Amino acid sequence: MGDAVSASATERASRPVRKAKSESSRSGGRSELGTALIFIAPALIGFLVFYLYPTIRGFYFSMTQYNILGTPKWIGFDNFAKIGKDPLFWNALWVTVEYVILNIGFQTVIALLLAVLMQRLTRSTVLRGALLLPWLISNVIAAMVWFWLLDYQIGLVNQFLEWTGATKIAFFGDEAWAIPTIAFVNVWRHMGYTALLVFAGLQTIPKYVYEAAAIDGSSEWSSFWRMTLPLLRPVLAMILVITVTGSFQVFDTVAVTTRGGPVNVTRVLQYYIYQKGFAEGQFGYASALSVVLFLILALMATLQLRLLRAGESDLA
Amino acid sequence: MATIEARAIADAENRRRKRNLTPGRIAAWVVMIGFLILTLFPFYWMLRTALSTTRSLPANPSSLLPVDFTWGAFQRVLGLGTQAQAIAEGGSGASVNFWLYLRNSVFYAGAVTVGQVFFCAMAAYAFARLRWPGRNVVFGVFLGALLVPPIFTSLPNFILIKNLGLLNTLPGMILPTFLMTPFAIFFLRQFFLGISREIEESAALDGAGPWRTFFRIILPMSTAPVTTLAILTFIQTWNDYFWPLLVGNSDQTKVLTVALGVFRSQTPAGSPDWAGLMAATLVAAAPVLVLFFAFARKIIDSIGYSGVK
Repeated sequence: MGDAVSASATERASRPVRKAKSESSRSGGRSELGTALIFIAPALIGFLVFYLYPTIRGFYFSMTQYNILGTPKWIGFDNFAKIGKDPLFWNALWVTVEYVILNIGFQTVIALLLAVLMQRLTRSTVLRGALLLPWLISNVIAAMVWFWLLDYQIGLVNQFLEWTGATKIAFFGDEAWAIPTIAFVNVWRHMGYTALLVFAGLQTIPKYVYEAAAIDGSSEWSSFWRMTLPLLRPVLAMILVITVTGSFQVFDTVAVTTRGGPVNVTRVLQYYIYQKGFAEGQFGYASALSVVLFLILALMATLQLRLLRAGESDLA
Repeated sequence: MATIEARAIADAENRRRKRNLTPGRIAAWVVMIGFLILTLFPFYWMLRTALSTTRSLPANPSSLLPVDFTWGAFQRVLGLGTQAQAIAEGGSGASVNFWLYLRNSVFYAGAVTVGQVFFCAMAAYAFARLRWPGRNVVFGVFLGALLVPPIFTSLPNFILIKNLGLLNTLPGMILPTFLMTPFAIFFLRQFFLGISREIEESAALDGAGPWRTFFRIILPMSTAPVTTLAILTFIQTWNDYFWPLLVGNSDQTKVLTVALGVFRSQTPAGSPDWAGLMAATLVAAAPVLVLFFAFARKIIDSIGYSGVK
């Protein structure tokens, strides 16, 4: 409310200036720098204060010993040397990589399958909306629902397993199952959304390509591998960069279900950073960890874009 | 000539495929329906559990209908039932300050949405329409912020909010995304670029300056993308967990996602109050679901565009 008021106040204030200026700028092609500055001022402040400044500060903190209650003390690269020898860090990295591979692998394959099926079967908005539903609810809610469905005692899935004669599985409590289970929950939440992204990409492939293939007598299977997939490559590359980046930052699901356990098997990187920074108050060390995560993400994105040649299209 | 013929054949082929339910199509539908069930069933199970009595759940864990039907779980969540009734049904009896958390969530998501969309629209207009030196450089730098993962800025932003004395206040939670996100500016700029310049020029001839052009022409002509962006921002902020957990974890400022996490760790009878928990998740998801059903087509159509940046 207050912002709307202040916005209209600036508008009124700038009115006389504007009148004089607009005549010269519109006709003479002069720069509209003054007006532009006013227009971007709020966003610029937001950018400087909440993006640029914290980014620089994050690198600075990573070079310090910093307890939240104290003041940062410069220690150079000590934190990074410590990270190299920290078994919990390597564990967290390994666990996160395992999660990302399972999460992205299944999610991408299922999304491709769903998108191709949608393309073939129906353009129904209702169906697309239904597939999108899990993406609309929060990670926390998705985690809770599956926590309940997969409960060891009375969860429906274990009831079903018992009924078929299989042994029950402690999905969140078993060391071997915890990460696959968390990966599954997030595949469930994101598969429909990713499918819609792929589906949008499929629409960019011109019809004549399929028509030509049909005339050549190419089977569905081989047209998918020989044409659809290669033509989809730039779109898939972008989708992968975004989903992999998001996947590496998994936190919510872990935080409301396993909290890093059992033992350390689900202590993913972001959860480890959170624990170091906020539970143990080692802010400098947590910042150094987040620098490492940042570098890993940058490396992953660059690699993917290179390998998938995202900038070029095979569609001449 | 040949292409026309080819097209005719392909069309005929397509029509044939559509009419006949080939085994392939049937198999495709079976797979699709399988995924639909996987997607939708958990929602039904939430409802089924929320309408059950927690104490009776263990006796009938796989009944497809609510066990011992009751509205008790919803009453418990909304603070309408009595404490005795809550305990009798398997709740913890502790009061959940649901309405406060709901208000916090509404305020948090609402304020971020209004601020972000408005200020980013202003900036997007400057980037799309005004002529000034350094325009593209500044835009490029803004977009660069997309590359910084949220966790990286979260730690220093936490310190900043703490130093400003805004820890555990709603303004502290709202501030970092209130003024801009790179994505919102990018999204709106794309649309503003597409608006015909002639309309603007004729407005300029009538003596309209940039402010009037922005409020009277650009914004009204962009209601569709602006609404889409607002809905997406609202849903995303409503679902936020990490940031509100960091800076708004006090009882006065908890949002629903954070409160649900606490609710889940209350285990009155050794195991969670499942009915209460499911009722709470349903109520917490309700506003977003309502928004979705109201604007389904807009949201769905925006996905291809907004996701792949």
